[in-house]
Amino acid sequence: MPSSRLYGLRDGDMSFADKLSNISWPLVVLLTAIAAVGFAMLYSAGSGNAEPWAMRHVVRFSVTLIIMLSLALIDLRFWFHQAYTIYAVVLVLLAAVDLIGMIGMGAQRWLDFGVFIIQPSELMKLAAILALARYFHTLPLEELCNRPLSLAVPLVLVLVPVALVVKQPDLGTAIMILFGSAAMMFLAGVRWWKFAAVMVAGLGALPLAWQFLHDYQKDRVLTFLDPERDPLGRGYHILQSKIALGAGGVFGKGFLQGSQSHLNFLPEKQTDFVFTMLGEEMGLIGGLGLIFLYVLVIGYGYSIALRCRHHFGRLLALGVSTTFFLYMFVNMAMVTGLIPVVGVPLPLVSYGGTAMLTVMLGFGLVLSVGIHKDIYIGRRGDAGNW
Amino acid sequence: MKKTEQNRDRVFTRRAAILGLAQSGLIGVLAGRLYYLQIIEADRYATLAEENRINIRLLPPARGRILDRFGTPMALNRQTYKVILIPEQTTDAAATFAALSQLITVGEGDRRRIIREIGRRRAFMPVTVRDDLNWDEVASIELNSPELPGIIIDAGQSRLYPQGALAAHVLGYVSAVSESEQTGDLLLELPDFRVGKNGIERRHDKLMRGKAGTSEVEVNALGRVVRELRRHEGGSGSDVVLTLDMDLQQFAMGKLPEEGAAAVVVSVHSGEVLAMASTPSFDPNKFSRGIAPNEWRELISDARTPLLNKAIHGQYAPGSTFKIIVALAALEAGLQPNFTTSCHGYTEIGENRFHCWKHGGHGEVNLHGAMAGSCDVFFYELGLKVGVDRIAAMARKMGLGSTLGIDLPGEAAGFIPTREWKRTVLKQPWWQGDTLITSIGQGAVLSTPLQLAIMAARVANGGKAVMPRLTRELRDGSITTSGDAEILPSSLGISPESLAIVAEAMSGVVNEPGATAYGSRIPIPGFAMAGKTGTSQVRRITVSERETGIKANEDLPWAQRDHALFVAFAPVERPQYACAVVVEHGGSGAKVAAPIARDILLEVQKKDPLQNPANPVATGGSNA
Repeated sequence: MPSSRLYGLRDGDMSFADKLSNISWPLVVLLTAIAAVGFAMLYSAGSGNAEPWAMRHVVRFSVTLIIMLSLALIDLRFWFHQAYTIYAVVLVLLAAVDLIGMIGMGAQRWLDFGVFIIQPSELMKLAAILALARYFHTLPLEELCNRPLSLAVPLVLVLVPVALVVKQPDLGTAIMILFGSAAMMFLAGVRWWKFAAVMVAGLGALPLAWQFLHDYQKDRVLTFLDPERDPLGRGYHILQSKIALGAGGVFGKGFLQGSQSHLNFLPEKQTDFVFTMLGEEMGLIGGLGLIFLYVLVIGYGYSIALRCRHHFGRLLALGVSTTFFLYMFVNMAMVTGLIPVVGVPLPLVSYGGTAMLTVMLGFGLVLSVGIHKDIYIGRRGDAGNW
Repeated sequence: MKKTEQNRDRVFTRRAAILGLAQSGLIGVLAGRLYYLQIIEADRYATLAEENRINIRLLPPARGRILDRFGTPMALNRQTYKVILIPEQTTDAAATFAALSQLITVGEGDRRRIIREIGRRRAFMPVTVRDDLNWDEVASIELNSPELPGIIIDAGQSRLYPQGALAAHVLGYVSAVSESEQTGDLLLELPDFRVGKNGIERRHDKLMRGKAGTSEVEVNALGRVVRELRRHEGGSGSDVVLTLDMDLQQFAMGKLPEEGAAAVVVSVHSGEVLAMASTPSFDPNKFSRGIAPNEWRELISDARTPLLNKAIHGQYAPGSTFKIIVALAALEAGLQPNFTTSCHGYTEIGENRFHCWKHGGHGEVNLHGAMAGSCDVFFYELGLKVGVDRIAAMARKMGLGSTLGIDLPGEAAGFIPTREWKRTVLKQPWWQGDTLITSIGQGAVLSTPLQLAIMAARVANGGKAVMPRLTRELRDGSITTSGDAEILPSSLGISPESLAIVAEAMSGVVNEPGATAYGSRIPIPGFAMAGKTGTSQVRRITVSERETGIKANEDLPWAQRDHALFVAFAPVERPQYACAVVVEHGGSGAKVAAPIARDILLEVQKKDPLQNPANPVATGGSNA
């Protein structure tokens, strides 16, 4: 306790008004602005109709916005205490997918709860961040550096769900959990050489991993390496996407005017390839504008993380920001042909509920970190009476 | 504790900065990529986007019509509805085809062809499932169109021959392009494109095809047309106007027996072919629709060769009609018209006897009498006097022994034997007996009915080298070009006196009582014809048969009976029309062929198509 006084950390409850005024409203406005871009693009994807996508996008955003704000107001110590429980529950759900999940589009990713359908792998992105943030919060740096075994726990925390997700198979999500977690470990202070060692080992294991890839995954990688390999088959998506972007030029063809999108040359224009459509209709200006909005959001994530005075909050905020960055980067790199096609949506713009929920839940936590930045959280979460 | 915390803070801040830098770097890469795609490569991709969007489709041109000399359509185009399948517009072409088969009947042969074409053709090239849909079928497909992706009803054109089999050999027929005919021209890959396979359809195929139009359409990713952007109309093919008179053609076809015969009517001065009949015939309409395999087998296995145009493909020994040639050769070689010889019924060369057709002989005959009575012995004598080489030269002058260049594919050349030929090809010396056989148009001599008609025309026109013509005009829109170059026929260099004597003798054949074709004379003043009978042997008459009595032709199996021939021109004064008739295994030329020639020549003179104002054809579109 004295130490908390020493650092001037608060340990008492904040009033509701206090919390509300401490919400980072500019971040909320930015997220809403990105969702608005999504609305415009989905309106265009529906050929100038709010149906079937744009309207539902708005409804989903509104609902998840309320959930996000509600999460933000919950005391951060609750999340700290429940981090492992939440992780365990999500892991069970993930395992359940393997046993009883629905099969859709060639993969088994969804759980049907009757009223709603969830994709536990999406939730695992957040659950893994929560669990890692708590673990590194409680682990002193000396132990992290001096006791190699202290890394065993986080590695297991990450690799078990990654293995389950790969098995679904959902390579995109698995990579995002892996990279998000790696960023967490990096921030926590894991030594450089350990990353280097893992990378070398990873490269060495690549030929072995190739054996375990599904044919369609191998195909995607091969197609990425040589898109002309099969211009009417797998390479088609990348090629048409590049054509659409290039045809957009600097200023674009104009809203609702994209021939590639509206004549259906562009696949999945309302989901994974929505950025291509933006690029075709709004040009380079529109594309860079959207990237700028994302950069501002990530910037706010950094700002909240750096102003937070406890390790749990900092790691949590940057973990979520990094995941958000990964969503954005992997999607854009994919549609511009920089990396192979992996099914990752553009956060808040692509049509789809689960990804939006994940992002908004994540930013609920980030906002909560912002509100509770000065709160005291002990080694074992021994502040408050949770 | 404090130190540890501070240390951790420092590490975190530093690493957060590194992470932030890394992310900024990656965003920089993204921005650079966008710059590359949207500025540096923008033009290239803009072009590709346009190519994606715009699809050029071929509009098949209307095939040119075929008209007779008076403008009666003999081949035209008919509007039809067919159902086509575009494989690239459906995810599972086989399944779509199966669903379509529930609605309309598709034959087993078509089924196999369609499955093969789906596999072989490029995915965007449509495959015809069935032609000639009726309205009920069109309606049921349109009704179910949501369940039939890639299935399209197409209004097209199909070739129609209104007169059916009447002029099939001249017109030929059209049918689907075979794989060996593909040249890479996309027009030929259109599913219902037809090319001429025989006759005029083949000879003038390129001109009649016309020029394909194009339609630039905006398509979506499934290839479905969103709208038409530009359209370049093609040009329909040229109409072909023939020299034929359809009425006369029909008349001639009606006169010929179905067992196999040919008749040709030509203008003696211009060589225009007014009728070219050949039996049995076939219905060319069956080919435009795609002939059924069993019908095809029936046509090609028929011993009477219905697919063959006997007027130009059929090669027959000219028999006694060849005596015209021998007579001319002899007169040109200096034979006195009043030269007489005695016929006892045979001539002997060494130990061989060469018989005259008339048992007991003709007695004393001169040229005129020998022609009228068709005395073989007289012409044996003539042959020996003139020699085979002069006979062969005269035959060639008169149009025998080589093709005449008629506007039809596959004209046969016939054959005229010479010493040279026998020595170099058969490696045998020429015997006098060969000359005798040749003098009565037997042995190796072969001629087509067209050649015989031209021979008669050249006698009738006073020795002008008239050539047969079948194409009168080609009409491409408003531009009319004369089909065959109309060259004034040059003289053959035969003296008018010789020709007059032969023509006079030919008149005697028909018009003098007791002459071979007296029964077939035309007793109407001004319409009388001149001619020459011919009966060409198909088999050799053996010595024992001579002794026991030659079998009557009627007692022989059909394939061993003689061919009946007759060549003629009319009217005797100022001739206009020449005609040749061959009836395969018909028996006597006088009894069988001459009456047919008489009927045809009477008909053509009554109608006189050469004097009628030629083809006041209505100029209009190529579509009926």
